Amino acid sequence: MKEQLIQRYSAPERINHWVVAVCFVLLAISGLAFFYPAFFWLTGVFGTPQLARIVHPFVGVVMFLAFARQFFRYWHHNLITPEDVKWMKSVKEVMKGNEVGDIGKYNGGQKGMFWLMCACMAVLLVSGLIAWRQYFAGYFPIPVVRLALLAHASAAVALIAGIIVHVYAALWVKGTIRAMVEGVVTHAWAKKHHPRWYREMTGKKS
Amino acid sequence: MALQSLDILRRSATPTATPQARTPVEVAKLIDVSTCIGCKACQVACSEWNDIREEVGSCVGVYDNPVDLTAQAWTVMRFAETEENGKLEWLIRKDGCMHCADPGCLKACPSPGAIIQYKNGIVDFHQENCIGCGYCVAGCPFNVPRLSPADNKAYKCSLCSDRVAVGQEPACVKTCPTGAIQFGSKEDMKEVASVRIADLKNRGYQNAGLYDPEGVGGTHVMYVLHHADKPELYSNLPKDPAISATVSLWKGLLKPLATLGIAAAGLFGFFHYITVGPNRPDEDHEETRK
Repeated sequence: MKEQLIQRYSAPERINHWVVAVCFVLLAISGLAFFYPAFFWLTGVFGTPQLARIVHPFVGVVMFLAFARQFFRYWHHNLITPEDVKWMKSVKEVMKGNEVGDIGKYNGGQKGMFWLMCACMAVLLVSGLIAWRQYFAGYFPIPVVRLALLAHASAAVALIAGIIVHVYAALWVKGTIRAMVEGVVTHAWAKKHHPRWYREMTGKKS
Repeated sequence: MALQSLDILRRSATPTATPQARTPVEVAKLIDVSTCIGCKACQVACSEWNDIREEVGSCVGVYDNPVDLTAQAWTVMRFAETEENGKLEWLIRKDGCMHCADPGCLKACPSPGAIIQYKNGIVDFHQENCIGCGYCVAGCPFNVPRLSPADNKAYKCSLCSDRVAVGQEPACVKTCPTGAIQFGSKEDMKEVASVRIADLKNRGYQNAGLYDPEGVGGTHVMYVLHHADKPELYSNLPKDPAISATVSLWKGLLKPLATLGIAAAGLFGFFHYITVGPNRPDEDHEETRK
């Protein structure tokens, strides 16, 4: 039988996602290098420590802009509904591999992750600009810069932990990576994980 | 290269021990504000010895020039007018790095070896390792380090570590015409200060005292102040300087928390996968696994 596929992400959406992802990886590596003395050598990701200091914020701006595009693509898909609350409350059951609720395009966990990422991105942008010594930090009082540095590191850690969960969820739920690489998912995948979205896309009763 | 002096108490962003074989005597510079005449010879000597030249600025209506510390001006005289005990007082303070025993710049610095604290108490910036992030600026409780716009390296008073290393006093000390700046072992400087303070008290300055703030573990640049109870009078010298709680959280508690959080996320994924196993759509989803 020929595999039945549904388009989940268009090519521009996929490019957009991977621009953000590549920026994130570079930023996380260089950021952790600035955060953990023992991992300072990770600044080598940008060549030299000085270059890492110079390039990191620019890559951050690119990530923010690319993420902003994603925000406007997806925010309306991520409004929390009672069905999502039910999902979040039954997360233990979900972790066993049993789906809970009539899930649309995104489940409660994905929506939670979306808003966590939005919050982290906003904090990272604002605090990152304030702490950007070469151009902006001089315009702010030192106590504000200190708060920005603390907020920047905290939001980065939250985002890194969040992205680990994001990546793991994609690895765990087989057939998901394909959605962001080839753009498609199988009917079986959609039916199991996003039944309401499956019905919307196919017009079938499931 | 600096590590060969074998008297390194701390090195920025270095989690392991530094070469500490030698234990030189702890030094200090004592600035007696009450005998300073504001001649700025110390500024000139600093500029001469360290071969740094701040641009000649313009008069801003007061004697302060340069008006602030810069990458090319590691010490500046700050002039403050105040009224104490019904009298006008002109308080002149030579500002610059305090060489804290607990240096906020070093705590904040992310680059290994960009900031070195010698066992004699001198906190020195090694620009070869400086990456220009400016964390030291945020870490310092005294607002001292300055980033050079020319090379994006941080600069500040080195307490003439090169001179001290060969048994000489800092350039500002050598040049001071009134003896308001003295240099020696920290112990000796405290003694010199106590004699001076007793004299000031005799002359009616009841609150004269030594500025060697505990909050940063003491400093290796100390002031004799006529109004030690009100250090803010001296162009906002902080009363109880300490490494900011924000910086301590950022460089302290947040690190183990971050390690825990990131490790928890990673380990959770790993163990979840090897216990629960992958979530495959091809299995009939009505059937739940028991």
